[in-house]
Amino acid sequence: MENPYFPYPVRIDSAVIETEDRNLKTFKLVFVNPEDEKKFAYRPGQFAELSVTGKGEIPIGIASSPTEPGFLMFTVNKVGVVSTALHNMQEGDIMGVRGPLGNWYPWEILEQGKNVVIIGGGFAFTTLRSSIVYMLDPKNREKFGDIHVIYGARSPGMLLYRDELMEWEKRDDIHMHITVDGTDDPDWKYNVGFVPTITEQKAPKADADTYAIVCGPPVMIKFTQPVLDKLGYAHDHIIMSLENRMKCGIGMCGRCNIGMEYVCKDGPVFTLEQLNRTPREY
Amino acid sequence: MRFLKIAKDDWTRGVEDLKKSFRVFGPVKEKEAYDFRLLDKGVLPDFSFQNTRLSPKSTVYPQSEILFEYTLDESKADHHVHKVPEKDYSPRVILGIRPCDAKAFELVRLNFDTPEYKDPYWLSAYEATTKVGLACDDPCSTCFCTSAGSGPYDEAGLDVLLADRDDHFLAKVLTEKGEAFVSAAGWNTEAPDAEAGFEKLAAEAEGKVPGGVPTDKLADKETVALHGADFWEDVAFSCINCGTCTYLCPTCWCFDIQDEVKGAEGVRMRNWDSCMFPLFTLHGSGHNPRATKVDRVRQRFMHKLKYFVDRYGRGIQCVGCGRCVSSCPVNIDIRRVARLMNEFEPAPEKCPA
Repeated sequence: MENPYFPYPVRIDSAVIETEDRNLKTFKLVFVNPEDEKKFAYRPGQFAELSVTGKGEIPIGIASSPTEPGFLMFTVNKVGVVSTALHNMQEGDIMGVRGPLGNWYPWEILEQGKNVVIIGGGFAFTTLRSSIVYMLDPKNREKFGDIHVIYGARSPGMLLYRDELMEWEKRDDIHMHITVDGTDDPDWKYNVGFVPTITEQKAPKADADTYAIVCGPPVMIKFTQPVLDKLGYAHDHIIMSLENRMKCGIGMCGRCNIGMEYVCKDGPVFTLEQLNRTPREY
Repeated sequence: MRFLKIAKDDWTRGVEDLKKSFRVFGPVKEKEAYDFRLLDKGVLPDFSFQNTRLSPKSTVYPQSEILFEYTLDESKADHHVHKVPEKDYSPRVILGIRPCDAKAFELVRLNFDTPEYKDPYWLSAYEATTKVGLACDDPCSTCFCTSAGSGPYDEAGLDVLLADRDDHFLAKVLTEKGEAFVSAAGWNTEAPDAEAGFEKLAAEAEGKVPGGVPTDKLADKETVALHGADFWEDVAFSCINCGTCTYLCPTCWCFDIQDEVKGAEGVRMRNWDSCMFPLFTLHGSGHNPRATKVDRVRQRFMHKLKYFVDRYGRGIQCVGCGRCVSSCPVNIDIRRVARLMNEFEPAPEKCPA
C-alpha cells in the first residue's frame, strides 16, 4: 500500500528573497532520489505539502511548470512555525515534499484554443506563474487563443518574479497588464491602480471561448467579481483557486471542507458556479 | 453463515484460548464507566454494560499515533528522512462491540479507504481486526439506531453477532474472519434452530429502541439554504465547544498532524482533532473561516447530516449510539437538530415591492 503521508526527500537548491519586505522567499527544490521526480507528475494549479522535518508541513502552490524538469519551485510567505523555519533553511539542506495534491486548472478545456485571462494579486501568483510558463512553452502555445495577464501588487518591489514579468512584457504572444497600487518611482512605465480597475480597463469582453482565472487576496476577489459580471463572464467561466488550513492534503483529516467538498482533494480549483453552491467557509 | 451455542463456562475457556492467537479487546468497568481495553490474561470482557462511555474506534484508530520517525542528527546518513515505525498489525478482536459501533467502522472506512488514496495505518489495523458484536436487548433512552440506518441486531461491519441468553450465548457467524475466530476459541456446538429465535429477539429489541428521528428529507435540501437557516444560533447558543461530542463519537474521524522532537530524534504524530476547536481551521494569516462557535456547531451537524449524505449517498454519518446526547454538558441533542434540519423550509422569497 502506498503511504500518502510519506514526503519525498528533497534538497534545497536555491533560496532567494523575492520581495522588498523580505517576507517572501522562492525555493528551488531537487529530488534526492531522481526516480521520485517521475512519481511527482503534476499539472499547473496543483499544490504540495512542504515538509520541514521536526516542524511540520504546509500546503503551498507549485510555482514551477511541468515544462521545467529537474526541480520544483515554491514561493513561501513567512507567517507561521513551518514557513519561518523554512525561511531560515539554507541551500543544501534536506526537507520533504508530498504531492502533487489537489486538482488543476481545467487544461482539458483551455487547451482547445480557449482565450485565457489571468487575474492575480499579491503573492497569490505562484500557480499562475506555473500556468503562464506552461502555456508559453513552444509545445503548448498554439493550443491556446489570446492570453491576457493582469497582475498587481502593492508596489513594484512586491511583485513576484519581476525578471520574468519584464520578459513576458516584451513578447507579442501574451498581453501583460502589470499594475501596482502606487509607486514613487518616476521610471515606472506600467499601470498604477487596483487590480479590479485595471481588469475593467484591460480585460477582453466575455465570450464562450474566454475563461478568467482569478487568484488573489479576498479583498481583490470581492471587487473583481462585479467587474467580471459587468464584462459578461459566466460563472462557469470564472475559475478560482482556494486556500484553507490543511493537514493531510488528501481529503481525510476533515478541516478544509467547504460544504461537502474538500479544498485539498476536490479543489483547490473551483469555478465560481461551483462556489455559489457551497457555504463560503474559506 | 451458521449459528453456534456457547455455554457461559465454555465462554471463559474460549476467551483465554483466543488470547494465544489474538490481541483481545473488550469492555471493562473502570469507576462508573465501561470502556474497551486490551484484556490481559485472566480478564474477561464485562458484558453488564448498556454501552461504553467511549466508542471502540481507538482500537483501530488510536487517539495518538506515530506516522513517521526521523533523526535530525546530520552525522547519520538518513537524517531528515521519514521512516514508518514498526507496527503491530497481528490479528486482534473486539469482543462485545455494539452493532451501532460496528456499523460506524463501515462509515469511517469511506473516509480512509478511497479510490484515490488509502490510509495505510487505519486500513492495516482495520483489516487485522475481527469484530464480535453483542446484540442490544436493553437500549438506552438516548439510543436511536433504528432511525440512523442501524439496529440492535444489525450485522453491518460484524464478523460474529452474539445474543446473550443468560446461561449461554447464541452466536451468528457471519464472515470468514468470524469462522477463524470461533475456531480459534474452540466453539463448535451447532445451533441450527437458532435462526427463528434470533429474528424474534431482533424484532423485540428493535421495538424497544426510541425512534422518530427523521432523516428522509435531508438529501433534498439545498446546502446553502440549510447552512443559512435561522435556527443555528439557537442550536449553538449553549455550546461551550468542549469537543466531548466528537471525542465520544464512533463516526468522527478528523485528525491533526504534528511533529514532536526530543533532542535530535523526532516523530510525526497523528492525533484526533475536533471541528469544535477554533484552531482546527485557523489560517496562518489569522483569518478563520469558521471563526465563531455557531460556525463550528453548524459544521458538525451539517457534516454528519448533510455533507456526508450528499457525498456518499449512504445515509447519515451517525449510527444513533446516543453518546453525544447523554454526555453533552449543555444538553445539545442531535435528534432535535436532525428534526430541525429535516423539516427546514427556506423562507419564501419576498415579492419585489
